[in-house]
Amino acid sequence: MIKWQRKDLVGLEDLSKEEIELILSTAESFKEVSARAIKKVPALRGKTVVNLFYEPSTRTRVSFEVAAKRLSADVINISTETSSVKKGETLIDTGKNIQALNADIIVIRHNSSGAAAMLARNVDISVVNAGDGWHEHPTQALLDIFTLKEKLGRIKGLNVSIVGDIAHSRVARSNIWGLTKLGAKVTVCAPKVLIPPGIEEMGVVVTDNIDEALKKADAVNILRMQFERDEGTAFPEQLEYFKAFGVTRERLQKAKKDIVVMHPGPLNRGVEISSEVADGTNSVILEQVTNGIAVRMAVLFLVAQGRDKK
Amino acid sequence: MEFKEKAKIMDKEAMERALMRIAHEIIEKNKGIKDLALIGIRNRGAYLAERIATCIEKIEKGKVLTGILDITLYRDDLTHASEQPLVRKTEIDFDISDKKIILVDDVLYTGRTARCALDALVDFGRPKYIQLAVLIDRGHRELPVRADYIGKNVPTSLKEAVQVRLEEVDGKDEVVILEQGG
Repeated sequence: MIKWQRKDLVGLEDLSKEEIELILSTAESFKEVSARAIKKVPALRGKTVVNLFYEPSTRTRVSFEVAAKRLSADVINISTETSSVKKGETLIDTGKNIQALNADIIVIRHNSSGAAAMLARNVDISVVNAGDGWHEHPTQALLDIFTLKEKLGRIKGLNVSIVGDIAHSRVARSNIWGLTKLGAKVTVCAPKVLIPPGIEEMGVVVTDNIDEALKKADAVNILRMQFERDEGTAFPEQLEYFKAFGVTRERLQKAKKDIVVMHPGPLNRGVEISSEVADGTNSVILEQVTNGIAVRMAVLFLVAQGRDKK
Repeated sequence: MEFKEKAKIMDKEAMERALMRIAHEIIEKNKGIKDLALIGIRNRGAYLAERIATCIEKIEKGKVLTGILDITLYRDDLTHASEQPLVRKTEIDFDISDKKIILVDDVLYTGRTARCALDALVDFGRPKYIQLAVLIDRGHRELPVRADYIGKNVPTSLKEAVQVRLEEVDGKDEVVILEQGG
């Protein structure tokens, strides 16, 4: 087994297959902690985790907060709505101020791609990327992969389809990096306008036919249509999207019987997924939420031990 | 640090006899196997707990609960451990509350592992009591900890290391003393 060396987790693009597997196996051990009567271990006792969120997020922030608390760390939440960022402080200055408070880990969510990496380069403490622009959302992909592995026992050789707004999705990008490194065959499916040019170079198959994407898939990861990012051009109407790409019971009947249905949330019922599918027996959507805690505990634990710290 | 093998202090037969004796002692001290559960500390303690449980079951013709405890997350040297520890699963599939718990480990040395294990265990519930069984007690305690059942007392120097090797992990059953070379 390899050792974890990094002080940061910025994205899955940088990680080796072995590093991803180490996070997954560590997460497996952490899952049991959340099933105990006393859901807490002292591993990060005395450490401070700062959640620095420049974008609205409830589930990811809460998941990180629960993970940190189950490791006995102290957690501070900074939302930029109510912080000095409003007064014009730069990201690096904010990071250095957090470091000056003797915090140990910053969990950052930012609307600019590359923000986490830039922060990581400029502070000595650990940085965990909780989503940066359209770039990466590594812990989401790790929990998707963890859930998939738990359900199907392996990743290698699986056919995984990612359906939805691929162009604007950091979840898609992180999933593609992670899944292909572990040997899965990935298909992305979206309206042509939402497929970024050159995506094939990441080693994926591209289609704009949802039935095609579902046909051979062992699992489908349905992304949320991010209508709040709509700038009035590329996005189809909600109903139109549902008709053409929505994952419904009728469409699943043509897929493998035990296809695993995933969604990173929040759900737009009747847009990218029907209620019957979201609540159906193939859905692992709520298990993803539970697994997210174990995965984030593993990530916080590992970066806290990162050996490349100055 | 280079270690070389100095002496073999226990072979397969001696280990079997020691574990069987510990099994008898556990039954005697606890007046049977009612509410008894053996919890082994990863890694080798887990296998030893299984073996002692098998011995007890042979003698008493009844089932004994067993579990596995990983104490990594409770270590007091986690932040400055030179070797990054690997976190593995704790597997205790029963409620330990009001149980008579026998904690099992291969070597008792500083007592720090036992302390971690006690911290970890009380997070799972409130046992009736906890006793400690070890295959080897090598001395040099740094905490006020003692074992209730001991396979063999082995006086050692701080330059030496005691290695318990088990069929399940190492391919053979034996206990050896290693000494720092050079």
